[in-house]
Amino acid sequence: MNNIVVENQSLKDRFSGLWEKSGMLVVFIGIFMLLSVSVPYFFSLRNMVGLGLSITTLGMLASTMLFALAAADLDLSIGSTIAFTGVLTALLINSTGNIYIGIIGGILAGGLVGWVNGFVIANLELNPLITTLATMQIVRGLAFIISGGRAVGVTEAAFFGLGNGSILGIPNPIWITIVIFSIFGVLLNNTAYGKNVLAIGGNKEAARLAGINVKKTKNLIFILQGLVAGFAGVILASRMTSGQPNAAQGFELNAISACVLGGVSLTGGVATIGGVVVGVMIMGTLQNAMNLMNIPTFYQYVVRGLILLIAVYMDKMKQKKK
Amino acid sequence: MAHYLEFKNITKEFPGVKALDSVSFSVDKGSVHGLLGENGAGKSTLLKTLSGVHQPTGGEIYIDGQKKVFNSTRDSLDAGVSIIYQELNLVPEMTVSENLMLGHLPKKNPFIDKKKLREIAERKIEELAEDIDPNTKIKDLSIGQRQMIEIGKALLQNSRIIAFDEPTSSLSQREVEHLFEIIRGLKKQGYAIIYISHRMEEIFELCDSVTVLRDGQKIETFNNMEEVTHDLLVKRMVGREITDIYGYEPREQGEVIFEVDDIYGEGLSEKVNFSVAAGEIVGFFGLVGAGRSELLKLVYGAKPVESGKVKVHGKEVKVDSPSAAIKGGVSLLPEDRKDEGIIPVRSVNENINISCRRHILKSNLFLDKEKEQENTEYYIDKLGIKTPSGEQLIGNLSGGNQQKAILARWLSEKIDIFLMDEPTRGIDVGAKYEIYKIMYQLAKEGKGVVFVSSDLPEVLGVADRVIVMRDGKVIGSLSREEANDEKVLSMALPTK
Repeated sequence: MNNIVVENQSLKDRFSGLWEKSGMLVVFIGIFMLLSVSVPYFFSLRNMVGLGLSITTLGMLASTMLFALAAADLDLSIGSTIAFTGVLTALLINSTGNIYIGIIGGILAGGLVGWVNGFVIANLELNPLITTLATMQIVRGLAFIISGGRAVGVTEAAFFGLGNGSILGIPNPIWITIVIFSIFGVLLNNTAYGKNVLAIGGNKEAARLAGINVKKTKNLIFILQGLVAGFAGVILASRMTSGQPNAAQGFELNAISACVLGGVSLTGGVATIGGVVVGVMIMGTLQNAMNLMNIPTFYQYVVRGLILLIAVYMDKMKQKKK
Repeated sequence: MAHYLEFKNITKEFPGVKALDSVSFSVDKGSVHGLLGENGAGKSTLLKTLSGVHQPTGGEIYIDGQKKVFNSTRDSLDAGVSIIYQELNLVPEMTVSENLMLGHLPKKNPFIDKKKLREIAERKIEELAEDIDPNTKIKDLSIGQRQMIEIGKALLQNSRIIAFDEPTSSLSQREVEHLFEIIRGLKKQGYAIIYISHRMEEIFELCDSVTVLRDGQKIETFNNMEEVTHDLLVKRMVGREITDIYGYEPREQGEVIFEVDDIYGEGLSEKVNFSVAAGEIVGFFGLVGAGRSELLKLVYGAKPVESGKVKVHGKEVKVDSPSAAIKGGVSLLPEDRKDEGIIPVRSVNENINISCRRHILKSNLFLDKEKEQENTEYYIDKLGIKTPSGEQLIGNLSGGNQQKAILARWLSEKIDIFLMDEPTRGIDVGAKYEIYKIMYQLAKEGKGVVFVSSDLPEVLGVADRVIVMRDGKVIGSLSREEANDEKVLSMALPTK
């Protein structure tokens, strides 16, 4: 392009640049303020803690789903993984009497599911949608099988501290989610791994020819996702004091929605941790508000779906302007 | 006589950039009007105002005396405009017939009238003097054939104006001649044709008039091709004299630093051997399909090697992946910038630093963002990469600047052997010259440079040694002194 620069950038152009960078954050702040004044009890300490608690699982999943989407893949199996590892953890604790074996076993089981996903998607190069659809079914089936189709109550009460305890008045799951967001944020922004994931999503062949080990990177994405899903399953089981085989149904779709709301491009190569945090908060806040307003669950499904459509549409408009 | 297509003072501004500044020229029916200019001169942007992708911020377009406003590509199509882009707009998984009539398939409501579709397709294919079965899928056609289908598509849309954007970059000699015949035929039929190309010979062979753009402005329109010379056009395009477009200077060569021993793999028909000395530039010439790109990819570890060895500085380098090649000191500038070179949605900064991170990491784990930024700024300056900043998305840069960024990627790494596949394809004269300069500089520093090119004058002008390939094997090698058009072509062309 030539070097002639138009001197007076119009107000409209400056505004649209700002919108691109932090549009969603503005939307979130707007929604938050609106709800604070219109919905009773919304802006109370108790509700804020409850809100934070409600988005912990979503937050943990979204922080790793970000990587899968950034690499132009996706993972539909994490909901099933959460249920499976919850049940497995409960069974392990009950049979060994040792909560640590249960916790580590659950996390590793999640990692195993992730490893399988990674192998099939990266090494066998099968379509990620179909692959994770399959593992989603398989793992959910395994959850029902090993649990005998019923919730598995955990007998060691020490286990419940993990999900229900709190430090400095803030529940453990919230701390854990903050730590996980921080870890994955650093991975995305400050490591070669993060940049490589974005490169692969942006142009897989160019990334390969530039010397990136695409297979290894993708394997790592799914293994990490599995480990975090496993951990999320452990925490959920702790909060519910039992492993439940039908838990977390549809969680993967929520995680994907939160990422898309947060500006992650489904075609790969574009993702920020800040955006995903905002996406998670928007979804969590709206859900929380709907609960406070006693809107029946079924309507909440409709609202969630509409929000996702709006987010994708706004993303499209953003792309078009480029 | 009134002109059929007129651009009057067309201006197009984007935030921060004036891509077109009051450009005016006209095209008559039954003529070919060339559009010449460096990358970033505004040729593509101008075409996009004609096709309805962009709306001009100033000026008007007139077709057949009527002012036209195109708010969408549909408006432009309806006005009789068809553009044949470099990146063809065909659907690979669909057949030739389906692509030809895409958007207006003949119907026997509610079904597609397959018989009529086939008839129309066969007739068009015949007109284009091609021998293609209409049921062939696009992905099974060569680039030259696909281009013909793209033209057929334009003809079936009842266009009166057809614009070609760099049509010959991926075509073989024979396909180019065929294209020219078709264009001459279209001229006779009264189409108004715009022809964009960097290749001066083509402008002279095809065009009745030519307009030169530079930095978004129209510099001059020549309506009488007899008055125009190659040097004059270059001068107008570039704004300065370029006497010798290759700028070759002999230099000393050292010992052999790159050896390719009995390499064999997919795309080759025989084992290949060659070597490169320090300070030497080797040019591979051959027709499309000769196996040159495949050879480079094999040697770089981008394609699996079935047998053979690669040695750098006498030591064997196991080329089982690109990263192994890079660690061994070998890099590749891929043939297709868009699909194999750049990551379009990432910044120039990230595209440059993507391969060299093992050298610039903080404590072996974290990105050293300051060093990466410094690195980017160094190369933006040194190579003259035209970009507002290192954070600009590389997809927004012109082809020549993207190419320089990919070169910067390899200059940032410790590379001894630079493999380059069509390094100056789709790039204007000024930028080509800058790339040659980079190649000479690398050679002077004792590196080895191997480049593949389908531009014979370029190969003869730049290389110290020419290796000719044909049908997947090396035919022979000629030194710079020995090589000339005839010898090289006779080696490259299939013996009948």
